[in-house]
Amino acid sequence: MKNEFQPSPCRILNVKHESEAEWTYRVESDARPEHGQFMQLSIPRVGEAPISVSAHGDSWLEFTIRSVGKVTDDIFRKKAGDVLFLRGPYGHGWPTDCFKGKHMVVITGGTGLAPVRSMLNMFLENEGFVKDVYLICGFKNENGIVFKQELAQWESRFHTIYALDTDHKEGFRTGLVTEFVREIPWKSFEDNYAIAVVGPPPMMKFTGMELLKNGVREDHIWMSFERKMSCAVGKCGHCRIDETYVCLDGPVFNYTTAKDLVD
Amino acid sequence: MSCRLSMEQADKVLAELRRTYRVFAPKLFPKQGRYSDTDIVRYAEIEHVNEIEFDRKSDFPAKEVLSPIQRTTFYFTEEDYRENLHEQLPALIFGRACDINAQKIQARIYDGNGGFTDPYYKSVHDTAKFILMECGSGWDSCFCVSMHTNKTDDYAMAIRKDEDAFSIEIKDDAFAPYFQGMASCDYKPAFVGKNELTVKVPVIPDKQVLTKLKNHPMWREFDKRCISCGSCTVACSTCTCFTTRDVVYTENTNAGERRRVTDSCQIAGFDQMAAQKEIRSRAGDRMRYKVLHKFHDYDARFHEGSMCVGCGRCIDRCPEFISIAATLDKMNKALEEIEQNQEKKAANK
Repeated sequence: MKNEFQPSPCRILNVKHESEAEWTYRVESDARPEHGQFMQLSIPRVGEAPISVSAHGDSWLEFTIRSVGKVTDDIFRKKAGDVLFLRGPYGHGWPTDCFKGKHMVVITGGTGLAPVRSMLNMFLENEGFVKDVYLICGFKNENGIVFKQELAQWESRFHTIYALDTDHKEGFRTGLVTEFVREIPWKSFEDNYAIAVVGPPPMMKFTGMELLKNGVREDHIWMSFERKMSCAVGKCGHCRIDETYVCLDGPVFNYTTAKDLVD
Repeated sequence: MSCRLSMEQADKVLAELRRTYRVFAPKLFPKQGRYSDTDIVRYAEIEHVNEIEFDRKSDFPAKEVLSPIQRTTFYFTEEDYRENLHEQLPALIFGRACDINAQKIQARIYDGNGGFTDPYYKSVHDTAKFILMECGSGWDSCFCVSMHTNKTDDYAMAIRKDEDAFSIEIKDDAFAPYFQGMASCDYKPAFVGKNELTVKVPVIPDKQVLTKLKNHPMWREFDKRCISCGSCTVACSTCTCFTTRDVVYTENTNAGERRRVTDSCQIAGFDQMAAQKEIRSRAGDRMRYKVLHKFHDYDARFHEGSMCVGCGRCIDRCPEFISIAATLDKMNKALEEIEQNQEKKAANK
C-alpha cells in the first residue's frame, strides 16, 4: 500500500527573490498539479507545511514562500542544489473547464496571487481559452509586490488594476481591492463570467460581500482557502470546518459552499 | 461455542495467545492518577489475566492501542525518509461495547475519508481483534444506551469475570483451538440496557439554524469554565486529530524521527497558521467546534449518526467538571429558542 505520508526528495533548481520576504523556489519534480492545488513541503527536523504550487512545467514546480513560520524560515536557508521534500499534489484546484469561454475576473490579495499565477499564465499562453481577463491585485505595500515581471506581462494582455493598500506608487492605485470591484463592467458580461478570489481571510470575506453588492451571482464566485494542516489527506483534523475538509474538498470552493464555511 | 475457565486455565490460554497476538487490556496503575493517591486505568500489554481491570471503566479508551498518543512515522537523515511500518503481531484487545463501536468511527476517518488510507492506523486496525468485556450495569457517566452503542456483535470473543472464573464466548472460529477440552457452557454476553444518564441528541435541521446555534450565547459560558487543556479529547473514544513533530536525536546530527502526536481542537493554537491570528481564540469557540463535530458535522459528512459513543470518559476526565450530557441539554434548549424565534418572525411577517 502506498504510504501517502512518504515525502520524496526534490532538488532545488533555483531561488528567485520576489520581495524581501517572498521567494520562489523552483524544484525538480515530475508531479503534474492542477492549477490551484497544493503540496506538503517537508524539512527534516522542522516539519511539514502546505504550500500552493505557483507554477509548473515539464519537470519542475515552483513554490512562492513567505518566511513566516518554522518550516518556511528553514526553507529560506536552502539554496540551489539543496533538497526539499515534497508530497502531493492535494485538493481540488480551480475548475478551469468551468471557466472556458467566459469573462474571467481574478481578484487577489498579497501572496494570494501565487495560487492563481499558473492559471493566469495558462490564460496568457492559450489565447481564447477565456474571453478576457480582468485582474485586480492588491498588495499591502511596495515591499509586498510579487511576480513583478509577470505583473508587467499580464498588464499588456489583461485588463489589470494593481493596487497598494495605503502607499502611492506609479502604476499602482491606492486602496483595498474591494474598492475596485465596481470598476469591472459586470453588466457587459451578460451572465457569462466567473470570478476567482484568493487572499487573506478578511480580504476574501469583504470581497465576497462587495461582489454580491455589485449584483454578481453567488455560484459564479470561486474562492481558495488556506488553513492549518498537518496531513493534507483528511486525517489530522486541523483544516476541518463543519463537515468540510479544506484539504480534501478544497482548497478551492464555490461561493455557495464557501459562504457557509464558518470555523 | 462458550466455555468456563478457571484462573489457571485462562492464564494458560493467554500464554498460548501471546505467541500469536499482542494482548492489550485495561490495566490498573496504582498511585499513577492525576491527583495524589489516585490510580489510573489505561491500556497496556498484559501477560497474566489478573492484570486485567474488569471492575472499573478505563480512564482512556481502547484507541490507545489503535491510534496511540504518539508514534514514530519516519526515521530521517538529511536526504532520506524511511517509513516506520514494520510487521508486528496482530493486536487482541479487551474492550467494551463503546470501544468497539468507536473503532467504526475512527476507521471512517483514518481509513477512507477523502479516499486516503492512513497506513499507520490500518497496520494495527486491519489485524486487530476484540474481546468484548461486559459492563455490568455500567458507570454513572455512561450514556451508551442513548447513543445506541451499548451493544455490538463485532467481537472475536466475549468475556465475563465471576468470582474466581471466567465465562467466555468464542465467536471467531480461529480461536476455538485454544479452548479445546475446556468445560462448555451456554454463556452469552449481556449488554447494558439502561444508563443512569440519558441524553437527547440535538437535531439541527439546516445550515441557517446551525449558524444561529454557532452564534448562540450558550458557548460563552465555556470561555470561563473550560481551561482548554484537551483532557476531554485525549480521553475521547473517537477523536482522531494529530499533529506532526520532528525530533532530532542529538543537537549535532541531522538524523532523527518524524512523530505523529495526538492533538486537540481544545488547545490554543490548533487552528493557527504561521503569522496569522488564531481562528477560534476563545475556549467557548473551541468547545462549540468539538461538540458540533461530535453531534452534527460527522453525521453531515458520513451520514452514520453521531461521532460520540457515550463512553462518558470526557466527563470523567474534565478537571472543570464540564459534562457533555449537560452541554447537550443546553444545546437542545438553545435550538428550541432558535426555533421559537424563527416561528415568531414568520408569524410577524
